[in-house]
Amino acid sequence: MKKLALLLAVIMIFSCFITACGQKDADILSVNIGPEPDTIDPALNSAVDGATLIIHAFEGLMNLDEKGVPTPGQAETYKISDDGLTYTFTLRDGLKWSDGTELNAEDFVYSWNRAVDPETAADYAYMFECIKGYDTATLPATSEDRAPMAVKAIDAKTLEVTLVAPSPFFLEVCAFPALFPVKKDIVEANPEGWTTDPETYIGNGPYKLVEWVNKSHMIYEKNENYWDAENIVSDKIKFVLLEDDNAILTAFKNGDILFADTVANAELEAMKKDPAFKVTEQFGTYYVSFNTQKDPLDDARVRKALILAVDRNYIVDKLGQLNQTPMAAFVPASLFDADKTKNFREVGGDYYSVATSEFEANLAEAKRLLAEAGYPEGKGFPTITYTYNDSSLHKSIAEALQNMWGELGITVKLELQEWNVFLNSRKKGDYYVARNGWLADYNDPVSFLDMWVTGGGNNDAQWSNAEYDKLIKDIKVETDSAKRFEMMHKAEDIIFEESMLCPIMTYVDEYLQAPQLKNVRSSPLGFKYFMYASVEETTAE
Amino acid sequence: MTKYIIKRIALGLLTVFIVATLTFFLMRLVPGGPFLSEKTPSAATLKALEEKYHFNEPLSVQYRIYMENLVKGDFGVSMKRKGTTVNDIIAKGFPVSARIGGLSILISFCIGVPIGTYAAYKRGKFIDKIIMFFATCGIAVPSFVVSTILLIVFSGWLGWFPSFGLTTPLHYVMPVTALCVYPTAYISRLMRSSMLDVLGQDYMRTAKAKGVGQFSSLFKHALRNSILPVVTYLGPLLAYTVVGSFVIEKIFNIPGLGRDFISSITSRDYPVIMGTTVFLALLLVAINVVVDIVYKIIDPRIKLK
Repeated sequence: MKKLALLLAVIMIFSCFITACGQKDADILSVNIGPEPDTIDPALNSAVDGATLIIHAFEGLMNLDEKGVPTPGQAETYKISDDGLTYTFTLRDGLKWSDGTELNAEDFVYSWNRAVDPETAADYAYMFECIKGYDTATLPATSEDRAPMAVKAIDAKTLEVTLVAPSPFFLEVCAFPALFPVKKDIVEANPEGWTTDPETYIGNGPYKLVEWVNKSHMIYEKNENYWDAENIVSDKIKFVLLEDDNAILTAFKNGDILFADTVANAELEAMKKDPAFKVTEQFGTYYVSFNTQKDPLDDARVRKALILAVDRNYIVDKLGQLNQTPMAAFVPASLFDADKTKNFREVGGDYYSVATSEFEANLAEAKRLLAEAGYPEGKGFPTITYTYNDSSLHKSIAEALQNMWGELGITVKLELQEWNVFLNSRKKGDYYVARNGWLADYNDPVSFLDMWVTGGGNNDAQWSNAEYDKLIKDIKVETDSAKRFEMMHKAEDIIFEESMLCPIMTYVDEYLQAPQLKNVRSSPLGFKYFMYASVEETTAE
Repeated sequence: MTKYIIKRIALGLLTVFIVATLTFFLMRLVPGGPFLSEKTPSAATLKALEEKYHFNEPLSVQYRIYMENLVKGDFGVSMKRKGTTVNDIIAKGFPVSARIGGLSILISFCIGVPIGTYAAYKRGKFIDKIIMFFATCGIAVPSFVVSTILLIVFSGWLGWFPSFGLTTPLHYVMPVTALCVYPTAYISRLMRSSMLDVLGQDYMRTAKAKGVGQFSSLFKHALRNSILPVVTYLGPLLAYTVVGSFVIEKIFNIPGLGRDFISSITSRDYPVIMGTTVFLALLLVAINVVVDIVYKIIDPRIKLK
């Protein structure tokens, strides 16, 4: 033991000599928004942390302000034709890539067609769905019918985009990373690898990547060629690529990072009182999927009974703990209605009551419905399985649901599945009831509704309703905004007439922001904006 | 001996081939796939991805394509980390993991062997009991517990060492220490028991009778005979340690290869699963050949056939 202690001491002393102990660069803003990203290619990225890295190096035609309202980005102005189908964007004067070369409207034409090209195989290709010609542009290169989308460069500064139908959310989509421009010669020289080397990672945003040490950190430096460079505050941002929740918390507490995008679940209770702890609402709903093809869940009365027997206030107060909103519908209140001063929920209302006082009545109704379906007091009801993926929150919700449905006399077996297996079971309909969640990509209710069309890739409920399918199809081509929203409300009505899913609560985004770090913005999509962030010197008290 | 080594290498390559084949088919049997995500891409995108990675072909064809590339030393491109080749992931991650792992094995060896020997020499005495108590603790306490304690004490409270990263020598102290604990404890126990065996041998008594000094008899005569089990253990241990520890690398955020082993399986990144597994198999085979040669050097009585 003596020797062990001696040796350790020697190592420690030795290390101290050859390093300047604990050097910190004061000019760099160190933050953590996630681990090593899978990709930072604007077209290929599908992760929230990846998007944050991308919005610092690129910029789309539009930006989003703190309320999520589109503001001019690379485009200085835009004009929408009277029929709402043609958007004409005028780019700012003297736009440049981070390598100093000129950026023009052609770059958008190239980038958008690249993003939908099957060869690129981008997860987010469907974000371009509202643009005319999407169907032909996504055909394989071998197909004779293949043609580019209706995106034209009228001249170097003017971009004209024609849509399939008036899409009030299109400007917002223009601020989405998948629609950011990429530099043609760079991408074509190395289609997959250009993003892995700071030398070739050329963007048009407020920052440029100057150093990337894999699984360690990325350093972004202010891009002097950016049109609004003078308003960018921090000269350098260091994105520390941390993966482990506890390591992130330690780093934050030690002051090594001033921002942490995740909070270890076990620490929530303790951290909630910390002034650094922040919670924002997202465009998302935590819900439970029923496999509508599986007996006895193929009976809408059974599904409704299960929906009504859930005590959402208990889940939010005791398990979620972050002031999530208990949900009585699928589309959350953060989404606008046709009249943007109202939200979709205010107009659409609730489909059942989530008031604590109403819970007993709901439970009685649930029991009545179950009896009507032929299972009085749950007699004869087969054992059903609730499938979820590993997380302490999902687990505690699963146990709560098991109890709540137990009140109806239903036996629920819990099954924990590894993430990828879980996705597979849900997609293939190989489950009874499963934990589910949806986070929208833009502020329009259709982003919550079009997933339930027959055979849709995200239709985990395996649900099919001809009236619903037609409605969604019509919504996508409807020109009148008021009518369009009316149809979207109708679509949501059908979801609940059929009791096709069981909403639980809204999704929130929790993060830690050091009190001296100011002006960080968080969007409802979960993206974090550090370009205007500054560190205030802490004055000695 | 040359003939023996050639034979061993050939057998080793056969092992690697079997490992690669088994891994290839086993990983494809596991439900799920690399393109599954909470949000499903469009059907056109999925089809394009499947074509790109030959998923539309029968498994046997995919296997043939993979093996042909493998023979050429090409592990393919990661399906998750776009544009990054598996060779690149290994080339960047392995040296980091190898430094941490190698250093910890070296330290474990240097500490474990002397204290194990000493404990055997002082068999039954108080110091022996103390050493074995700590050795048992070292084996029983998992590395993530050690890491967490180190983090809280030396990074949180005392602020001596940085909590993550690997940029300065100071960064190495905690992860290497955490990684050392188990092998040091194991080696010292192994050393103690095999030393006890040797100490009871006739030739040790002869040495003593002939007046060989205590130190010399212990470290010259006994050590050489008793270290063989440690060398046997050290071989595979070295291979497993230098490819990186998932736990340690995750906790201290070390950019090594260890994390890729586990994360590639979770994300069904087939080329990375194959690459890391085949790489580990190659390393194990190589180290085992080296261990055999080391045997021969330590104990000339061993015949390599």
